[in-house]
Amino acid sequence: MAKLQAHAVKQITEIVNRYKDEETPLMMVLEAIQSEYGYIPLEVQELVSSLMNIPVAEIYGVVTFYSFFSLTPKGKYVIGVCLGTACYVKGSQLVMDKFSELLGIKPGETTADGLFTLDALRCIGACGIAPAISINGKVYPKMSVDKVAGIIDEYRAAK
Amino acid sequence: MAKIKSEKELAEKIEHCGSCLEAKFNGKDGKKHLVVCGGTGCISSHSDEILSRLEELIKEKGLEDKATVNRVGCFGFCSQGPFVKIFPEDRLYRAVKVEDVDRIIEEDIIGGKCIEDLLYVDPKTHEKVEKQEDINFYKKQIRISLNGCSMINPEEIEEALGFGAFKGLVRALHMSQQEVVDEILKSGLRGRGGAGFPTGRKWQFALNQVNDDKYVICNGDEGDPGAFMDRSILEGNPVGVIEGMMIAGYAIGAKNGYFYVRAEYPIAVARLRIAIAKLEEVGLLGDNILGTNFSFRCHIRLGAGAFVCGEETALLNSIEGKRGMPRPRPPFPAIKGLWQKPSIINNVETLASVSWIMREGADKFAAIGTEKSKGTKVFALGGKVNNVGLVEVPMGTTLRELIFDIGGGIPGGKKFKAIQTGGPSGGCLTEKDLDVEIDFDSLVARGSMMGSGGAIVMDEDNCMVDVAKFYMEFICDESCGKCTPCRVGTRRMLEILTKITEGKGEPKDIDELRELANITKTNSLCALGQTAANPIISTMTNFPEEYAAHVNEHKCPAHVCKSMMEYYIQPELCIGCGLCMRNCPVNAIAPGTIGAKMPNGNPFPGKFVHVIDPKKCIKCGSCMAGCKARHAIIKK
Amino acid sequence: MALVNIKIEGKSYQVEDNLTVLEACRKCGYNIPSLCSWNHGKCSLASCRVCLVEVVGARGLVASCVYPVNEGMEIIISSQKAMEARRNSVELLLSNHQKNCLQCEKNGHCELLEVAKMVGARDQKFLGEQSPATIDEVAPGIIRNTGKCILCGRCIEACKDAQGIGILGFEKRGFKTIVAPAQNRSFAESPCMQCGQCVLVCPTGALLEKSEIANVDAAMKAGKFVVCQVAPAVRAAIAEEFGEKIGTNGTKKMIAACKRLGFKRVFDVNFAADLTIMEEGTELLNRIKNGGVLPQITSCSPGWVNYMEYFYPEVIPNMSTCKSPHQMQGAITKSYFAKANGIDPKDIYVVSVMPCTAKKYEKTRKEMEVDGIRDVDAVLTTRELAKMIKRAGINWKMLPEDEDWDQDLLGQYTGAGVIFGVTGGVMEAALRTAYFILTGKEHEKINFEAVRGLEGVREASIDINGTTLKVAMASGMKNAKVLLDQIKEGKSPYAFIEIMGCPGGCINGGGQPYVKPMFLPNEDADIRETYRAKRAAVLYAEDERQPIRQSHNNPDIKKIYADFLGEPCGELSEKLLHTTYNKNREKFPVK
Repeated sequence: MAKLQAHAVKQITEIVNRYKDEETPLMMVLEAIQSEYGYIPLEVQELVSSLMNIPVAEIYGVVTFYSFFSLTPKGKYVIGVCLGTACYVKGSQLVMDKFSELLGIKPGETTADGLFTLDALRCIGACGIAPAISINGKVYPKMSVDKVAGIIDEYRAAK
Repeated sequence: MAKIKSEKELAEKIEHCGSCLEAKFNGKDGKKHLVVCGGTGCISSHSDEILSRLEELIKEKGLEDKATVNRVGCFGFCSQGPFVKIFPEDRLYRAVKVEDVDRIIEEDIIGGKCIEDLLYVDPKTHEKVEKQEDINFYKKQIRISLNGCSMINPEEIEEALGFGAFKGLVRALHMSQQEVVDEILKSGLRGRGGAGFPTGRKWQFALNQVNDDKYVICNGDEGDPGAFMDRSILEGNPVGVIEGMMIAGYAIGAKNGYFYVRAEYPIAVARLRIAIAKLEEVGLLGDNILGTNFSFRCHIRLGAGAFVCGEETALLNSIEGKRGMPRPRPPFPAIKGLWQKPSIINNVETLASVSWIMREGADKFAAIGTEKSKGTKVFALGGKVNNVGLVEVPMGTTLRELIFDIGGGIPGGKKFKAIQTGGPSGGCLTEKDLDVEIDFDSLVARGSMMGSGGAIVMDEDNCMVDVAKFYMEFICDESCGKCTPCRVGTRRMLEILTKITEGKGEPKDIDELRELANITKTNSLCALGQTAANPIISTMTNFPEEYAAHVNEHKCPAHVCKSMMEYYIQPELCIGCGLCMRNCPVNAIAPGTIGAKMPNGNPFPGKFVHVIDPKKCIKCGSCMAGCKARHAIIKK
Repeated sequence: MALVNIKIEGKSYQVEDNLTVLEACRKCGYNIPSLCSWNHGKCSLASCRVCLVEVVGARGLVASCVYPVNEGMEIIISSQKAMEARRNSVELLLSNHQKNCLQCEKNGHCELLEVAKMVGARDQKFLGEQSPATIDEVAPGIIRNTGKCILCGRCIEACKDAQGIGILGFEKRGFKTIVAPAQNRSFAESPCMQCGQCVLVCPTGALLEKSEIANVDAAMKAGKFVVCQVAPAVRAAIAEEFGEKIGTNGTKKMIAACKRLGFKRVFDVNFAADLTIMEEGTELLNRIKNGGVLPQITSCSPGWVNYMEYFYPEVIPNMSTCKSPHQMQGAITKSYFAKANGIDPKDIYVVSVMPCTAKKYEKTRKEMEVDGIRDVDAVLTTRELAKMIKRAGINWKMLPEDEDWDQDLLGQYTGAGVIFGVTGGVMEAALRTAYFILTGKEHEKINFEAVRGLEGVREASIDINGTTLKVAMASGMKNAKVLLDQIKEGKSPYAFIEIMGCPGGCINGGGQPYVKPMFLPNEDADIRETYRAKRAAVLYAEDERQPIRQSHNNPDIKKIYADFLGEPCGELSEKLLHTTYNKNREKFPVK
């Protein structure tokens, strides 16, 4: 097992203990770790495996099944472009393509400087203001292709 | 708030809260009551800042005895948000900005005047409408499962109680378990999550099981792209859903209920947690509720981004900490569900309807709707329609009423082409279906389905092959990968659709597509796979000419499929501003007058007319989006 | 069990009411293909969709492997709709399957191919992109190729439910789904015991033993003195590879075949099994006498040893230090035998034929050598030996039955050695000898009884000179876990425990012939439930037939101690025949 730092081991053990009274709490544990660290690397899964007595292959299977969980760290700014139907019919794919082009990454990837991650989102329920994107949870309504560059610059400047 | 230990105490509490709430609405307390929409859509348009600014100003100006402010749930009319509504006038301000707050206080609250430019403008008559009830969008709606949303503060259980919460549970507690099930059967309520299975029958199966441990599960894993009614209900009136769950728990003999809600709905989850905590605090959740033998507890589990977990057996696996892969049936969840115990899974809208039915009576519910589909249904109206948002209408409303009366028709004078209902499992309905009365069965008979109520309108600019591909991409991404036909079949269909939309289609592709569609339908394990091909089947049935154009002529009639379309600057309309040239990321646009002629046949005089080099163009659409001379750039 | 009346294809039948449609149909003589269900015609996944049939009144087609029969049910197998549906599912599987069937190691045993024939799969249907294949050939025991995997999930079940480990799992989702150890790592980088139970159930060539036939060929070509030594359980199953019924004793034909394959000697590992008993029995007595760590646990199953090092290193002090029999025999061959025959041990190439995939790993352990000489050079599975026999053009049917093992020095063996191949066998053999050493008398048959409440664990009590010795045994790690947890908690009531890596012991080892009902037209429908007992019966019959049934009475064993080793657990024995364990085995070695 690759070495996890002692405080990480302690923190993850705490998370596992937090849910020990729940039945089958694996998802809850993984969600808490994902929220805490932003990703769930294999070493952490191995630790969870030994703490919860669940084979690591099973945990890995769960982590890779749900799109909410990530195996790699995400960028400082996670840009999610909604590709739900309402947004799609109003051109969100074009917005996605524009982000992809300007950032030089495909959906699901993170820029080399670690600043941006581009994600395709399934309907975020902002259909009334389609097409919508969300950056670190903040929703930008009624997006269009020509707004993309400006938004990227805004975040680049903010760093 | 003190513990509510008996029915009598509850009745007193409801009475008290009810009169408080009523006074707010009818102004008997001598105050204006302002409510601000706190749904996700409006929050993303800064409604929280509007709320806090209102509170700030009221305090600043010493208006505490003249006005109260409250945050409420979704108004449903999301494209017009954020909303601020003023009682007792029933005056609705829409698209309110933080900057408008000062005027609202000054002109309306203090000055008593209506601020005209914040009112809704009817897209057809161009008239301003002051009262919410006069807006066409709301006229045909009946709020049963959205009951309380946009009226009460979802984080205050007093408001919910004042609005009638727990009356249904009390009525249920006076009945036997079988009587409650019978009442639900009598109401004709069918599951709002998709297939429309009679809720009472589901309950009956679970009631018939002898087991100390049974579970009620609320399916809040709303995954259909374009649907967000469950989120709005949970955000707007969580107590109503909890009450519905408790009634279900009482009916089947369950002591525990699990909410399974998408992690993408943080506000809904937070409000649900608050409601549960507060109900526990007053003893309305827990042991021996209201001094009876009925004990019930609610738990929350989060979905983690898998559409298939909306399928009930996949959802069970997810709660059990496994991959969300559907289980074969039988055994049905009512026999062996969560942790192999008898379980019922009802969707949010269904449980919200349950509490209404138990409060108002099954007959009242059954009086609404069509012969086989009773009550109302919430639709998430979206896409190419003027009024976008959530609408709750009686079953039997026609698509025409939905799209043109409530929805206000198609924007930009475009022509209606189709409406997709039922999300990725549903299908397209067209012009010829507009006067069909919508219910579970009529939609299925026309090759679509109710699904969870997504209703996406498409106009002449939408390519139906591209739409089919969009849904297939979604299904491919979301297929759990367990069973062969869904895992491989959807992939093969997507490959063919991609080939067609890239202009490489051949006539034989249509046959193979049809064959694969039928295979996934008959062979798949769960409903996701069985219905995965519906968007293809229904677009092929309704728009065969579009498929034919793609594969025979390699043309996309709607100019959507990039490989078969071009952007073109109409020289007679170009004003030569050069914006398109500057917006173009690949320098495909250059000034020039090559071959350009005036409408009268003379050579174009201007030296600034721009031309797109189709060889360089990557068809990103930047030029068209930024064109100052409207319509100078077209697709062809 | 109540009976229900059903109709299949319009004909009436009575069947037990706890059956699935698939089981009922098979019992009534209808062969419905299936891929994801394997063990008893019951399935927890219903994922392959190859067993679809029509049931009158049901909504759509039903997966027969999960659908229970009920009174009055009418099942239709051969309607056009049902036949097409089954064919379509198979065609879709084939459309994402690496189809180099001719060269595939599984050629001749592939269930997918058999099912494709059954349903009449059409050529070139639903072609499209293929999932990229991961090929894992790193671990010495088993290899994996996701390009051939059809995601039936049998291996996951075998590893998790039968062995209780769970090395394999589904990963990712949709078309990208694969079956793999976490993060698609190699078996070598996972706490995999290499038992090969997954290989036994895999319907395609996605999981296989790592073949060492080429290594043996190379040794022969290089002119080495190639010796072959065969484990007891091989003889109980190898005949199956040549179409004979399960439970056929293949000993004599196998000996004759091996001799025709060019091996310089064909030895029986039973000799070393007897040697093991002498060593392990003595070790046990020493522990009892000297107050050593008890219970002592057997160490002859390398799958078990693997598992122990990964998951229960705490029990290392309990482990018998004996090498497994074939390693002992290899060490003896390259010392005692080499010396007696005047051969340089470096020129000897020892090939073990084993029912086991874990032995392929075991022979590579660093402890398995003496003075730089590896004990064993190659390990072939039963299946690989059969392949070599077929490849050499030998007609099994016409092989003589009058040839015997080579007898020089390592020839004699006893009944005690033979029963090593069945679960409980090592224990019984060791106790026969221990009892004799302590009492001077031979013990009658030991009767093991199931331990109440502990499924899969059996125990016995033996009275030796007034002291009661409690012993227990388990096969398969899921069963063994209970005994191990007792030891960990200091609550084990036993003095001696036998643990076998594979459920049922070596007769069901990961290197044994596949028991796939669809290829076995001459077997009964319940063969999955009976095959282990049938193979075990072969070994028990061999035991009965041996004139000498106690290891300590084997004259060659007496001779090797007199002439070479001195005494059991003596200095030379320790050097050649005993081993050590690694208490720091990395579960997930970092690359």
